[in-house]
Amino acid sequence: MANSDAFIDIRAVSKRFGSVTAVDGVDLAIRQGEFFSLLGASGCGKTTLLRMIAGFEMPTEGDILIDGQVMTDVPANRRPTNMVFQNYAIFPHLTVRDNIAYGLRKDGLPRADLDRKVDAALEMIKLSGYGARRSTELSGGQRQRVALARALIKRPKVLLLDEPLGALDKKLRETMQLELRQIQDEIGITFVFVTHDQEEALTMSCRVAVMAQGRVMQVATPRELYETPNSRAVASFIGTMNFFEATTKGIEGERLLLDAQGLGGIAAPVPGWQVNGKAVVAIRPEKLQLSLDRPQGEVSAAQGTILNSTYLGDRSHFHVRLDGVEAPIAVSAQNVERSMRDDLDDGTPVWLSWRDTAMVVLPG
Amino acid sequence: MTDHANTVSPAAGSFGRLRLAVTRSEALRGLTLMSPTLFVVVAAMAVPLMLMVAYSFWSQSYVTLDTSFTLKNYTDVVTRDIYHILFLRSVTISGIVTLVTVLLAYPMAYFVAFDVKKNKLLWLILLTLPFWTSYLLRVFSWKVILGYNGVINSGLMSMGVIAEPLQFLLYNPFSVIVTLAHAWAAFAILPIYVSLEKIDRTLLEAATDLGDGPVRRFFRITLPLSMPGVIAASLLIFIPTVGDYVTPSLVGGTGGVMIANIIQAQFSRANNWPLGSALAISTMLAVTAIACLSIWLAKRGTAAIR
Repeated sequence: MANSDAFIDIRAVSKRFGSVTAVDGVDLAIRQGEFFSLLGASGCGKTTLLRMIAGFEMPTEGDILIDGQVMTDVPANRRPTNMVFQNYAIFPHLTVRDNIAYGLRKDGLPRADLDRKVDAALEMIKLSGYGARRSTELSGGQRQRVALARALIKRPKVLLLDEPLGALDKKLRETMQLELRQIQDEIGITFVFVTHDQEEALTMSCRVAVMAQGRVMQVATPRELYETPNSRAVASFIGTMNFFEATTKGIEGERLLLDAQGLGGIAAPVPGWQVNGKAVVAIRPEKLQLSLDRPQGEVSAAQGTILNSTYLGDRSHFHVRLDGVEAPIAVSAQNVERSMRDDLDDGTPVWLSWRDTAMVVLPG
Repeated sequence: MTDHANTVSPAAGSFGRLRLAVTRSEALRGLTLMSPTLFVVVAAMAVPLMLMVAYSFWSQSYVTLDTSFTLKNYTDVVTRDIYHILFLRSVTISGIVTLVTVLLAYPMAYFVAFDVKKNKLLWLILLTLPFWTSYLLRVFSWKVILGYNGVINSGLMSMGVIAEPLQFLLYNPFSVIVTLAHAWAAFAILPIYVSLEKIDRTLLEAATDLGDGPVRRFFRITLPLSMPGVIAASLLIFIPTVGDYVTPSLVGGTGGVMIANIIQAQFSRANNWPLGSALAISTMLAVTAIACLSIWLAKRGTAAIR
């Protein structure tokens, strides 16, 4: 793979533990200064891949290059990477200050320089005045910041983050997401971020690699991932998606003609892959409209019945049964009108409608 | 409380009320649980110790015990050189034993804690195997190994390395140190093992990640975090070995006599219990002081590691 702009170049990397293949032939090109996320369910190999970049695991096959240098024979302590661990790994016998200064001590820095750097780091993580505290006296969010400062003070070329926000509560997590993003913007270090939380990956990243069973399924920007997933697996992992089994009927100009279960004959944008008979049509819940009467105009429509509905304030969720489709169809509607009336009771016959551009055609 | 107890179980008699009181009161329950041990400790330790303290302020003239208060025993202990020499020798021997044992035990504990992946229990049992025989047997087996016609001497002679048996192997401080270090090994291995086992492995990865090679990482993370185990091991060995008299009397010869041998002599051959008590109590206090000082130093030293 010739990636001129690859700062971290992962070339055909595999990792096997005995008979288990944790990472299976992964190729990735991560750009300089990018906030790159590895997203996947637990056991998909994302953490193993991160640990191989850090040097804690050696690839069974393939090479990892950082800034043009092959890292394979470079031990973890000599790599230009630093890591924020999932449990933060704060040294319990050291103070906050000594934790942050840990990586600088051996560099033979003059005392004053070291103090200045640590003070600046404490200020960056808004913990000035906490320097003399024992790390055991810190809260989860504070520990997370200390771990971040300790890793960043070494000015690594790459910062690796292993689910660093997983242990925090929702509110704190959102604050830290924002802070992480800000810090990354300010210092411009390449971040590689491992998470199983798709929302987190979409909010924070420049690009995301979705992983499953040790392989990379898709590498794309958050918007591309959500709007144009390349497979059923990615589409169902990111957000909610309705799937309709379909057979292709032919191409008419810019449009692909399909016969989809529950939707009937439809025309969708031609996908980028080679169409050969079987396909899956996918539509996001918020791209479906509900109405009591058959909608007019340039839209496709199908008739079904409401199975159940959930009122969530700003929007409502519905499940709709369509003839010929086994799974209930998820529909999300913004509650634009202030209305006390609920005219979409369970069992009500309704029309589902959507624009042709709402559909994504995936390999069957 | 009684009213309440009555409303809870009106049918219960006085036994029921007692049982209720015991289950209700945290302190009473704790005392009940402790009482057998407490009894043993009071009867077998506190009382004899008080008796010893009393004895140390009395005096002995031939066969009669003079129970009038005197500080003569303590002035003897403080002023007579023989006790100083013996005490210093005991502390030195025990100190060396402690150092040697901890230094030898640490790698073993480290190996089991970090490098043994399965059957850890089996390894630990193997390490404590010497303890399955009696202490005396272990001391005697060292006599067999180190003796004039012992394993080492006959082995070296049959190989032609030496012409006649080495004399310096047995009946000196060296043989006491070897025997004690072997006998107390498990007491060092186990606490060190426990403290090493407790160390979160990601801390070691974090240290590596921040630029430390294996050696620096050991001295900055592993050693400070295993210090509680090292301190515990040191105390477990130092305190009992200072007072050991079996090993020195069996393998120590005249050069290996320790303070406990002289104390034992006061209680038996010399029949001077007051002086023996004063020696024992002085030794106890001195050992306590040394132990506290070492703990303080060890903690200070660890805290200085950054």
